This record gives sequence, C-alpha cells and structure tokens, in this order.
Amino acid sequence: MSEITPEQVAHLASLARISLTDAEIEQLTGELGAIVDSVAKVQEVATADVPATSHPIPLVGGMRPDVPGATLTTAQALAGAPDHDGSRFRVTAILGEEQ
Amino acid sequence: MPSNSGDLTRTSAADLGALLAAGEVSSVEVTRAHLDRIAAVDGDVHAFLHVNAAAMQTAAQVDADRVAGVELSALAGVPIAIKDVLCTLDMPSTSGSKILEGWIPPYDATVVARLRAAGMVPLGKTNMDEFAMGSSTEHSAYGPTRNPWALDRIPGGSGGGSAAAVAAFEAPVALGSDTGGSIRQPAAVTGSVGVKPTYGGVSRYGAIALASSLDQVGPVSRSVLDAALVHDIIGGHDPRDATSIPEVWPSMAAAARAGQTGDALRGVRVGVVKELDGDGGGFQAGVRQRFTETLDLMAAAGAEIVEVSAPNFEYAVAAYYLILPAEASSNLAKFDSVRFGMRSAVTGTVEDVMGATREAGFGPEVKRRIILGTYALSAGYYDAYYGSAQRVRTLIQQDFAACFEQADILVSPSAPTTAFRFGEKLADPLAMYLNDVTTIPANLAGVPGMGLPMGLAPEDGLPVGLQLMAPARQDARLYTVGAAIEQLLEAHWGGPLWAKVPELSRVERS
Repeated sequence: MSEITPEQVAHLASLARISLTDAEIEQLTGELGAIVDSVAKVQEVATADVPATSHPIPLVGGMRPDVPGATLTTAQALAGAPDHDGSRFRVTAILGEEQ
Repeated sequence: MPSNSGDLTRTSAADLGALLAAGEVSSVEVTRAHLDRIAAVDGDVHAFLHVNAAAMQTAAQVDADRVAGVELSALAGVPIAIKDVLCTLDMPSTSGSKILEGWIPPYDATVVARLRAAGMVPLGKTNMDEFAMGSSTEHSAYGPTRNPWALDRIPGGSGGGSAAAVAAFEAPVALGSDTGGSIRQPAAVTGSVGVKPTYGGVSRYGAIALASSLDQVGPVSRSVLDAALVHDIIGGHDPRDATSIPEVWPSMAAAARAGQTGDALRGVRVGVVKELDGDGGGFQAGVRQRFTETLDLMAAAGAEIVEVSAPNFEYAVAAYYLILPAEASSNLAKFDSVRFGMRSAVTGTVEDVMGATREAGFGPEVKRRIILGTYALSAGYYDAYYGSAQRVRTLIQQDFAACFEQADILVSPSAPTTAFRFGEKLADPLAMYLNDVTTIPANLAGVPGMGLPMGLAPEDGLPVGLQLMAPARQDARLYTVGAAIEQLLEAHWGGPLWAKVPELSRVERS
C-alpha cells in the first residue's frame, strides 16, 4: 500500500494552486492511494537498462524560419482576460502582507 | 451517388461533396438539413455545446463561390462538427470546462483554419469530458452526451459529442482528439469511425493541450472514406507545431478507395495482439464474438491471420496514468485566473485568487489528475513513477516493432465492452481508466489507430468496434485495410451498421 496521507494531498494541492476543501482532500487521499498502488506496477519492468522515451516520434529542430509572423494585438490578447486596464492584465496583490 | 438525396443527413460527406459539385444540392440546403436535425434531436443527445450561428452564412458563401467558378475542395460546402478542445475564432472554446466558460479564443486552431480554407461549414462545437479526461462525457462540466443507440448509455469519451453527432446524423463528419482513445473508444460505442493519426501527422496548434506527448487530432465519421477525406484536409506539416512531422503525406482518400477494389486484403498479414484479444478477461462476450467473426471474414477474403504478442502492453495503462497526469498538471497550470477564463471573486493575493478559481473552475476528475501528476513529478518520486513510466513507453515501442515484423497491421477490439450506463463507473476512477486498455498502447508509441464498427453485440444490441493499428507514418495502410473490412462487413450485413440506429424520439429518453 502507498503511504498517501491527507497532509501530503494538501501539500500537493498547494503546489498545484487548487484550494481543495477538507472533504475533497479526504476523498482524494483514498483515491490517490488506490491509483498510485495500481500504477506502481510500472516499476516491475522499468529496469535501469531500459532507456526512457519522452516523445514517441523523435524530431530534431522543429524551428520556424526566423521571419516576422502574425501576432496578436494587445486588444486581442486582453480580450479573454477576467480583468485588464486596456494595456495590461490586472490582478490582485502579488505579495501578501506578511511578506 | 445516392438516389435518395432527399435525406441529406444520412448521406456521406463524400456523396454530399459530389452532389454539391454537380449542383444537385446547395450547401445552404445541406447545412439547413443538419441544423434542423440538431434542433430536432440534440435536446436528447446533447452532442453540441454550441451551434454556429454563422453556419448558414458560410454555406451561402460557398454556394456563391461555386457559382462564381472558384476552385473548391472535395468537401467544400459539407458541414462538420468540431470538438470543443479546438480553438475557434467565432465560437466559444471551453474544452468541456467551467474554467473556460464562454471563452472565445483570439485565433483558430490550424485544423480549423484548414477546414475553413477547404470550404467546409462548421456546425458547432461538440461536448467532451473536461479537458478530454474521461471515457464517457460524464466529466463534462456541461452535462453528458447521450448515446444515440440507447439514450441511457454513455457515448464514450472524451469525444462522445463528436461521435454522437455523426451517429445521430447531426453532422456527416466531425473532428476529435485522441490522447488515450478519445476518438476510437467513442467510435466503438456509437458504431462510428474514428482515426488517431500518427503522432505529429496532424497539427495540434490551437488544440487545448491535455498531454503533449500523446495528443493527436483526427477525423470522426460514419465511413472510412469520409474520415480519409477529412484527414487529407487537416493533415500535413504545420510550422506552428514543433512536433509536426515535416513530410509530405500520401492521399488518405486514395488509400481508402484502393481498399474498396474487392481484393485489398489478399496477402495482408493481420496480427492479432494476444494481450488485447479478450482472453485475459474483462471483455464482453459479444465483443469477442464479433471480433472472431470479423477475423474469419478477413481470412476468407485472403488475409493471413497471425497471432502476435506484446507482453508489455500489460503495463500500458499504468504508464499512461503517470505520463498523462504529469503532463496535464503542467499544461493546465496556464489556467491561472489572469490571462483568460474564469476568476473567482475572492479577496487576497493573486495566489489566493488562483487557488480559489481553480477549485471552483475544475471538476473532480481534473483535480484528481492534476494532484496525481503533481505527485508523480515530485522530488523523491519522479524516478520511481514518471521515470519508470517513460521506460515502459520504450518497452511498448519495442513490442510494436516486434509485432510489425510479423504483421502488416495489428487488430484488436476497440473497447472491451459496449456502451455502459450512466453512473456505472463514475464512482471508481480505476474502473473508468481500464476502458482505455486497448487504445492506450498506440498513443504511448505514437502509431496510428483506427476504430470502425464490426457489428452489434448479440446480448445487448449495441455497437462493437474494431481497432486497426499500423506502424508510425503508415496511416494510409489503415485506410486501405479499413475500407476493405468495412466493405466486407457491409456486404455481410446488407448495408452500413448506422442504418440500424434507432429513430430518436422523446419516448426513448429515460
């Protein structure tokens, strides 16, 4: 059995920037434990002599020609923003008071 | 060409293209017929999240271009439905999530731009599991899509909306995306056709990313030829996608037509993947029966059936549910309440607002996978989980290479069961994940896969799907072999399987 604890799930949630409720943390602790136990199966065959594959079709380069292309205007870039001042995204304080 | 052009919603995209080119129907008529069908049945099916208000205008423009003698593509004037994972300039693109409710992107996905350039008429955006995480559309933030074959059952996922749209005659063709089976599994349970191209064969620019090393965009249809015609329009190199393969591809439509000559299966070595043939349990009896019968038909048509073994496929689901959440947790970090999408009205720092927004905007499956992915990538666990999964990926690629030494094409059922009922697997994430056991290996290895119908299961009368897999870059082979099998099966049935889908009426709704 995996060693997933509610404290660990709460920590993962803070890393992932999701303000989970206590009830969600409790439920995810059980679910995550079961899923991790199941997927840990990969360790049975993933021995050190097997190389890792990150992308299925290896390509090198993939660079576009260095020529100016179409880019978004400021208005287009801001069009979907929850809040902006006409030229920049507007957010609440970056730093909390304790900092 | 069909004589009964009266029912335009049951006409294939290929035939519609021919009727339009011959001037026998207009795109306005074809588009109107499909919009009327959507209005009549989508209250029950719920395949669409958004219907394109400008569809008739686009159709009229294509008709005007044709009259003016503009050179048009084979599918000009043919309507198409678009999975909501794809960015569209003129329609909301939510990926099935509340966090993107109402978001209208400032650009078109390359595949959408290519459809428009080919004169196809976007009908609307189709429903899906949130951020393509799921096998049933039950994880859509906007409510599930219902299977046109039985409205109390799931249409598969994540692309259940696109599959249901073509199965319910709301669109002749559609676009989907397939990260672990999201095109092929819905095709299986709705009796439709769907193709996951070779990784890098179709541009993902403007496809809202789930897992970048697995995602592929592909066609959804009621026939192999129609899928091929759409593939030819959307496929090919895109400089805006760094994973796009810089090669010229053969015509998939020509490949499909080559499969319809009646002799295309002669001498083809068809590999039955032992680990996916259902003997290991978990496969419905009717799925196994139709699979065996289809193999017999292929053998009678001259195919050489060989058994092949892929021993590491057993580890594919486990590897997938490490790689996918890891990549998804990173891709979904962009939903930060700053640049687009929703923002919760809470006070505090930007980080507080971000956390509250993501808590309110993401559904339970998305949270589950982000947390799982964050765990798999954590210091101290990375090598044991994510690193191991990447090694398994190599083993699966090696298995494919060994299989393709013995066979030209690999086959398996597309899904272990027919469509299940709503709620049946919702409480058990692991049971839901196992729906993808047959389709995941192709994504991990990047090889192309096709799903097509192979009959109805005797025990429940619901569609059963056949999966074909070819070596990377050999997508054309799928279309040739797929079209040949489709022709054999339809001759055996006395018509296409979709002709047996029940008429939709309010009475059936449970």
